[in-house]
Amino acid sequence: MTGRIFHPDRHELHGITVVLETHGPRTYVGRFDSQDDQGVHMHDVGVYDASADGATKAEFLQRCGKFGIRPEHRDLLVPSTDVARIERLVDALR
Amino acid sequence: MPYNPALVAPMREEMTDMGARELTTVPDVDAALGDQKGTMLVFVNSVCGCAAGNARPALRLALQHGVKPQQVVTVFAGQDVDATARARQYFSDYQPSSPSVALLRDGEVVHFVHRHQIEGRPPQAIAADLTAAFDRHFGVTV
Repeated sequence: MTGRIFHPDRHELHGITVVLETHGPRTYVGRFDSQDDQGVHMHDVGVYDASADGATKAEFLQRCGKFGIRPEHRDLLVPSTDVARIERLVDALR
Repeated sequence: MPYNPALVAPMREEMTDMGARELTTVPDVDAALGDQKGTMLVFVNSVCGCAAGNARPALRLALQHGVKPQQVVTVFAGQDVDATARARQYFSDYQPSSPSVALLRDGEVVHFVHRHQIEGRPPQAIAADLTAAFDRHFGVTV
C-alpha cells in the first residue's frame, strides 16, 4: 500500500522485506532496517550471485516469494556506493 | 530472550479470543500436528508490530468467512521457543518467519503466508488473500 508508513518514526522501508540490487553481480533479499551515510542496514539476508552458476535472479526471487528467504547474513551493511536499486519483495514478484 | 509473560499475554489472548488453541509445548504441537487430519490453520504469532497491526487483525477478519479451517492453532515465536521450532518442522520446506500462517489439509501444507506477505499490508488485504486460500483449499469440492 503505497504511502503507508509501517513505522512512523522510521524509514518508510523499516521492517519491510526488500530486494536490494547492487552495481555488481549480487542481489540481496532481506529485511530493511535503516539507511545512513554508511549504507543500507539489513537483517536476515539471502544472497543471489549472478556470477555463480545456477538459477536466474527471477527464479531466485520467485523461490524467495514461495518458500521464504534462506538467510546467509543475520546482519548486513551494504555500502552506499554498491546500492543500485531497492524494491519491496512483494513488488518485485508482481 | 522471551519477553515478560505479562507483556505478551494480551497478544496470546487476542488469538484465543478468536478461537485459536495455543500450542505452548512440544507435546502440544505433536498432538495437534503429528497426525493432522482435516483442515487446519497454524499461526506463528510474534511480538512485532506487523503481528499486532496486520496479521492478528487479518486473522480475525478471515475467520469470519463462510469457509474456514476446522481448527486454528497458534505457536508464539520468541516466547514458546521449543514449541515454535517443533511446529516449523511440520512445514520445514518453508523458511521460518514471523508472523506467518500455514494452512494444512490432512497433514500437508497447502498454502503458506510469509512475513513479507504480511508486513506493511492492511489487514483487509491479508484477510482477502486468506479467505481466497480458504475457498481454494478448504472449500467443498462438488
